[in-house]
Amino acid sequence: MKILVPIKRVVDYNVKVRVKSDNTDVDLSNLKMSINPFCEIAVEEAVRLKEAGVASEVVVVSVGDKACQEQIRTALALGADRGIQVDTDQKPLPLSIAKLLHKVVEQEDPSIVLLGKQTIDGDNNQTGQMLAALAGMGQGTFASELKIDGDKALVTREVDGGLVTVALSLPAVVTTDLRLNEPRYASLPNIMKAKRKPITVTTPEELGVTIESTVEVLKVESPASRSAGVMVDSVEQLIEKLKTEAKVI
Amino acid sequence: MNFNLSQDQQMFAETAKQFADQELAPHAARWDQEHIFPKDVMAQAGELGFCAIYAPEEAGGLGLSRLDAAIIFEQLAGGCTATTAMLTIHNMATWMVATWGTSTVVEQWCPTLTTGQQLASYCLTEPGSGSDAASLTTSAKRDGDDYVINGSKMFISGAGETDLLVVMVRTGGAGPKGISAIAVPADSQGIHYGKAEEKLGWNAQPTRLVTFENVRVPVANLLGEEGQGFSMAMKGLDGGRINIATCSVGTAQAALDAAKEYMLERQQFGRPLAQFQALQFKLADMATELVAARQMIRLAAFKLDQDDSEKTVYCAMAKRFATDVGFTVCDQALQIFGGYGYIKEYPLERYFRDVRVHQILEGTNEIMRVIIARRLLDEACGEIT
Ligand SMILES: Cc1cc2nc3c(=O)[nH]c(=O)nc-3n(C[C@H](O)[C@H](O)[C@H](O)COP(=O)(O)OP(=O)(O)OC[C@H]3O[C@@H](n4cnc5c(N)ncnc54)[C@H](O)[C@@H]3O)c2cc1C
Ligand SMILES: Cc1cc2nc3c(=O)[nH]c(=O)nc-3n(C[C@H](O)[C@H](O)[C@H](O)COP(=O)(O)OP(=O)(O)OC[C@H]3O[C@@H](n4cnc5c(N)ncnc54)[C@H](O)[C@@H]3O)c2cc1C
Repeated sequence: MKILVPIKRVVDYNVKVRVKSDNTDVDLSNLKMSINPFCEIAVEEAVRLKEAGVASEVVVVSVGDKACQEQIRTALALGADRGIQVDTDQKPLPLSIAKLLHKVVEQEDPSIVLLGKQTIDGDNNQTGQMLAALAGMGQGTFASELKIDGDKALVTREVDGGLVTVALSLPAVVTTDLRLNEPRYASLPNIMKAKRKPITVTTPEELGVTIESTVEVLKVESPASRSAGVMVDSVEQLIEKLKTEAKVI
Repeated sequence: MNFNLSQDQQMFAETAKQFADQELAPHAARWDQEHIFPKDVMAQAGELGFCAIYAPEEAGGLGLSRLDAAIIFEQLAGGCTATTAMLTIHNMATWMVATWGTSTVVEQWCPTLTTGQQLASYCLTEPGSGSDAASLTTSAKRDGDDYVINGSKMFISGAGETDLLVVMVRTGGAGPKGISAIAVPADSQGIHYGKAEEKLGWNAQPTRLVTFENVRVPVANLLGEEGQGFSMAMKGLDGGRINIATCSVGTAQAALDAAKEYMLERQQFGRPLAQFQALQFKLADMATELVAARQMIRLAAFKLDQDDSEKTVYCAMAKRFATDVGFTVCDQALQIFGGYGYIKEYPLERYFRDVRVHQILEGTNEIMRVIIARRLLDEACGEIT
């Protein structure tokens, strides 16, 4: 069984980002970049399935410029077998990424596409769902547990009301939530081995996809800074305010 | 010349930083306070490859360079200075066993030493022989197929908790040429461990006096040849000095980062400390000297990797300079924290206590000057630039 894991290079979650002075985007120059945390969880889950003998190959794919090979290498050091870079200088939105991934899925024919539920840069939470629709595959989003049972994937999903488990026929798309697993550290020997694992490069043109922007960004702004709180004198007063002002209880 | 880290080095550093942030830093204060030696975490570090970074691959090590090791240890030290320092001593001792051990010793010990399931101590110093290490008196006398060891070793890091002791002993006449190195199982009959010394810092690992009373080990446990022990011990220390210097720089970087954050947050006289030029200049000098120290260590590590004829001088210079700078930076960072730097709620006082000993051990900083000056004044000395 082959697992395809799409991953994305994003600004590291520890970094405080700043908006560019012209309000067109956030300023990413000189910032530490990492593999998106949800993607890392997807890589970990795929590698665990391989270690458990369920999967036979783990392929990672990333859409981006050459720099994203760093994150592909990280995934290889975590245990993925090979990488694919879809080379583009553009910053495609979820629909374009899903179209590109769809083509890669057609070429690779994986049993499972395991990806993060969202990336921490755009927080879109769309790519997995769009890919499932394009590829005509079932989808299990926000997975907190994944079990393979014959030709079915049992996905326990985190939903507002609690947990729900769906059974999907393979091939299927599964997106990961935070509690699915705790990713390992890349060990020094595995970092060294990762160097010898192959990364192939393709392009949107080769895949026959035109990256188009269906969304126009008008302005990027920092969230309003939090205004100072008020001190209350007693618990009674707090409850009163929660009822009458905040209206949350 | 390219001063950037390679992609591998960046990834090594990243793994080390993650490990330091998640497995070391959150516990370092408690280990210090309660004098806990975190052997489980050392074993976990071993699984990631941190226990035999530069030991040869044939023996299960990673065969990486000293420069790689310096980059890795720097990140780890930012999480816990004392634990990382012990890890560096273990790496040094493991490298000696893996490099000079007989096949019997390598097969018996290296699989567990390189993975951190077992740990090693380095035993050179004696009660009567510190800086003047070549005057050591612990003896090993040949008796049939065994050596019989008598004497004592002072200030042995990890002793009582480690599994193998690399012991420098006298097998021949006076002076350095009469010294040999032997691998001694730590539970051998006749070894007595003193109490854990009460120390200023390095509390996350014990330091003990080790006494040898008619301790028998097979001749196969000799590392290299008889009489080579002092030169091996010094070769070990060239790398050891880089490692310990790196522990100072990694710790000082953590102190500097903390001080910078604090300056932006703490308000006095109606503005953040960061707006006082006196403190800005202090911070600027700390950062400048730390960069100099780090680069000097990397230069020395490079010279060692190249087996440069003057490598020992570069290692001594780097050790002297970086441990002095590291201590000063930790002291100044503590000062920037004011009264809060002095209390244990913040890590500054621990950083300060932990790096102090780096100016003393693996050859005191005075001895580093002795080494540098002696070589400079020697006609045979190569170019030092
Ligand atoms: C916490 C800790 C852990 C240690 N771990 C280990 C270990 O694992 N293994 C090990 O073998 N050793 C270990 N040591 C020992 C350490 O290496 C020695 O303490 C160090 O080499 C200094 O020796 P000494 O303490 O006998 O001081 P001395 O040699 O007595 O020196 C006292 C002072 O005199 C100065 N001095 C001496 N000779 C000269 C000279 N010729 N010119 C100018 N100044 C001079 C020294 O610089 C020093 O300031 C450890 C020590 C400590 C404190
Ligand atoms: C063990 C201990 C015992 C103490 N006992 C007492 C006591 O009995 N009674 C009591 O009243 N207090 C006591 N103190 C408090 C002590 O006097 C303060 O910690 C000290 O005055 C510094 O104040 P701070 O800690 O708030 O540091 P801060 O004032 O926040 O200073 C932080 C750093 O910024 C520097 N700094 C601040 N302003 C400037 C400036 N304008 N220009 C340049 N640098 C500046 C400071 O020099 C310091 O390095 C004690 C503190 C300790 C640690």
